Amino acid sequence: MSTLAAVILFTGVVLYAIFAGADFGAGFWDLTAGGAERGRRPRELIDHSVGPVWEANHVWLIFCLVVMWTAFPPAFAAIMTTLYVPLGLAALGIVLRGSGFAFRKVLVRTAEQRVTGAAFAISSVLTPFFFGTVAGGIASGRVPDGGNGEAVGSWVNPTSLLGGVLAVVVCAYVAAVLLTADARARRLQDLEAYFRHRALVMAGVAGVVSIAGIFILHADARHLFDQLLGPGLPFVVLSAAAGLTALALLRSAVPRVPRGFAVVAAGGVVIGWGVAQYPYLLGTHLRIADAAAPRPTLVSVAVIFVAAALLCVPSLILLYVLQQRGRLEEA
Amino acid sequence: MGLAPLAGAALSAGDPAQLLPAREQMAFTLGFHIVLVPFGLAFTFLMMLANYRGIRGADADALLLAERWSKVAAVLFAVGAVSGTVLSFEMGLLWPGLMGRFGAAYGIPFGIEGIFFFLEAIFVSIYIYGWRRLRPWPHFWSGLPVVLSGAGGTASVVAANGWMNLPGGITLSGDRVVDVNPLAVFFNRAFWYEFVHMLLAAYIVAGFMVAATYAAGMLRGRRDRYTRLGFLIPFTVASVVIPLQILFGDVIAREVFHKEPAKFAAIELVPQTGDHVPETLGGLLVDGKVRYGIDIPNGASMLSGFSPSTRIRGLDTIPPPVRPAPHLVNIVHLSFDVMVFTSFLLLGLSVWFAWAWWRRRDLPRSRWFLRLATVSGVVSVICLETGWIVTEVGRQPWTVVGLLLTSDAVTTRGNMWLFFAGVLVLYVAIGAGTIFVLRSMHHRWRRLGVDDVDVPYGPEPPLEQQPTQAGHA
Ligand code: HDD
Ligand code: HEM
Ligand code: HEM
Repeated sequence: MSTLAAVILFTGVVLYAIFAGADFGAGFWDLTAGGAERGRRPRELIDHSVGPVWEANHVWLIFCLVVMWTAFPPAFAAIMTTLYVPLGLAALGIVLRGSGFAFRKVLVRTAEQRVTGAAFAISSVLTPFFFGTVAGGIASGRVPDGGNGEAVGSWVNPTSLLGGVLAVVVCAYVAAVLLTADARARRLQDLEAYFRHRALVMAGVAGVVSIAGIFILHADARHLFDQLLGPGLPFVVLSAAAGLTALALLRSAVPRVPRGFAVVAAGGVVIGWGVAQYPYLLGTHLRIADAAAPRPTLVSVAVIFVAAALLCVPSLILLYVLQQRGRLEEA
Repeated sequence: MGLAPLAGAALSAGDPAQLLPAREQMAFTLGFHIVLVPFGLAFTFLMMLANYRGIRGADADALLLAERWSKVAAVLFAVGAVSGTVLSFEMGLLWPGLMGRFGAAYGIPFGIEGIFFFLEAIFVSIYIYGWRRLRPWPHFWSGLPVVLSGAGGTASVVAANGWMNLPGGITLSGDRVVDVNPLAVFFNRAFWYEFVHMLLAAYIVAGFMVAATYAAGMLRGRRDRYTRLGFLIPFTVASVVIPLQILFGDVIAREVFHKEPAKFAAIELVPQTGDHVPETLGGLLVDGKVRYGIDIPNGASMLSGFSPSTRIRGLDTIPPPVRPAPHLVNIVHLSFDVMVFTSFLLLGLSVWFAWAWWRRRDLPRSRWFLRLATVSGVVSVICLETGWIVTEVGRQPWTVVGLLLTSDAVTTRGNMWLFFAGVLVLYVAIGAGTIFVLRSMHHRWRRLGVDDVDVPYGPEPPLEQQPTQAGHA
């Protein structure tokens, strides 16, 4: 039962990483798009492509928090009392990002949009970075069972920094692929070339960071290193292969295909981490089963998860169908 | 000046340094979030009423109101989601002692809340999307899940709150929760009364707040049918609900008398156990004595047990180590008085309205009515906030009554004042941003007559091939 709850929790983490990753990555490209005039076209595409997904993103984040504190309360408390600095900063970043969702569409003047835009763009780079450091801190065993671990060392350390940088780079890569595909679907050739170029660069950066990461993990988090090359290996390989395939198909295939591969690439990294960490929740010291809440609570979490899926998936499909139908009518 | 001695008094020896900032931050962020709640919950119901009237009576004004309201609701809903996300981080960052010990029970209602809010967000999107795209009746019905899931979400969060006041459904072995009965956690002994009271409160606040904006418009000379209707729909709903709420408040007070005697002693300002307890209006507890208040002889005893000889347990029955500090008792008591006082102010305004309507099928003619209606929104928010202060501060020093002290729930690490400062700055910016955005929507509707305002959850406008910046006015 506790493993099932952990799988549910981890499903949330993966979905959050994918959805929010695309969102944050788009923020990265927003930030780096240059001055108001030069960056106008890419920014407009960014606005159109990722605007609608924000709500789904933060729902997954809340889902992760809630499942964590309900199903694994002691681990939740341990993480919160150790990694409170990056988590607090990530929370503030999410608020900024969320306000972007709330206000962006209503604001019409460029000056207003620029002020808000800059804040949101910066927060969308910092937030994944801090989440990455949190993941690194947990994975390298720097969160003690009883919490109250090192306030700084728990997230300023080689593995955490690797996690942070990797998170930013992967987000930027995924977003660039999605945006290229989107530009293609909309037949905006200039933007298609623009983002394809950036997707290639980011794929290269991701490769370099991963290779550096091998040495960093070898030195700093030996157990994680071994596990990633053991049970985690298929996912790491899958992720790398999917990432390369997405690039190869960017020019030719229907836009849906490279999008799918990019998502698999991002998800693969996160799943690899999860598999490498199993059966531990924190580093190599707190087992999933030892941190779990009593059985009825775990059952409730599973029931809630299934109920949520049964209620929300059809509603989402309804929304999607209506929007597609509307788009056809408008065209 | 005024805050410093209060801050000193609030911290007793041995409390962790994080306690005060954590409490202040929790109070501030919850107090902010709760103002948005009535809009997601009850404003959407007002929107459906206008929509219904619009279709039934082929009333274009009512339909326009419903459409604009749905867009305002979307903006506020998004801000509610943002502030709610902060709250869920705070549960862990500020109160790891609570989550670590009791997350297994206390967390369950929050999980259920998630389903409702997700559903609500999806159907808000469908509803906004559906304007002029769906046929009228199916479109109308797509609003219903919004209203229902709003109520479901409220029920879940309030269930969590009720559980802190009257915890049940868990088996403890030492400090550890070893068994949980999820249904008993959710439907705890405080659930029904807190839930109904909060639900009604949301309708009151949304009603008066929305009516207040149109009352302000009428004062500035707008007397068109659209403005009148914008006033009448919400004001009527609030006027119907406020007497129900006052009757229900009386029932709740008695529930609290029986089930949460410590809170009741603070509410009624009763230092010593006894019968023939007076109802004290205003007043303060100073050196263990009630001072400066106006006493209604036997009032509290009559209200709680319908007889002057009803015995009320005073603060003296609470063991000294967990007895609330006098300044907390005063906050609870005065907040309660403000809630009841403002309730009756709102009731008075509703009765005036009802009387004029009954006599002349029209609003009261006096400009004073409109002036008061303009402030009724703020008054209802004060009522809501003070009610929550009664509940939350009245629980102190417990976070989970009888099981977990607030000083054991709070985090023990870091400088929480810095975190609080960051949150404060962000929230002020979000508050200002919200007002600015709503004003700019209003401006475009009123002055420019533009109705295709883009809002969160709304459909994306099409992207042009060679876009020009001035796409929208
Ligand atoms: C506009 C809203 C509003 C109005 C008109 C009233 N209240 Fe209230 N009250 C609230 C809004 C509220 C609330 C939503 O803020 C609270 C906080 C927790 C809850 O369940 O409802 C509350 C709590 C609350 C509590 C504490 C419950 C607990 O701690 O479990 C009591 C005893 C009362 N109320 C009693 C009254 C009485 C006697 C009223 C009328 C004269 C009254 N309320 C009007
Ligand atoms: C009576 C009390 C409360 C009511 C009625 C209430 C209601 C609401 C409403 C209407 C929203 C907007 C829904 C959305 O955008 O999804 C919301 C969002 C949220 N609230 Fe509250 N809230 C209450 C208190 C709290 C508390 C105490 C917490 C947490 C400790 C909380 C956590 C949240 C979260 C996490 C969200 C975002 C949810 C999401 O979008 O998935 N709320 N709340
Ligand atoms: C149903 C939703 C709510 C839940 C689950 C909730 C939960 C909590 C928690 C966990 C704490 C910290 C522990 C404690 O001090 O006991 C707290 C404190 C507090 N809350 Fe709430 N709360 C809710 C609604 C509200 C609202 C709407 C307000 C609005 C004013 C509020 C005002 C406060 C205050 C003032 C404190 C600090 C009390 C003190 O330390 O003296 N709460 N609440």
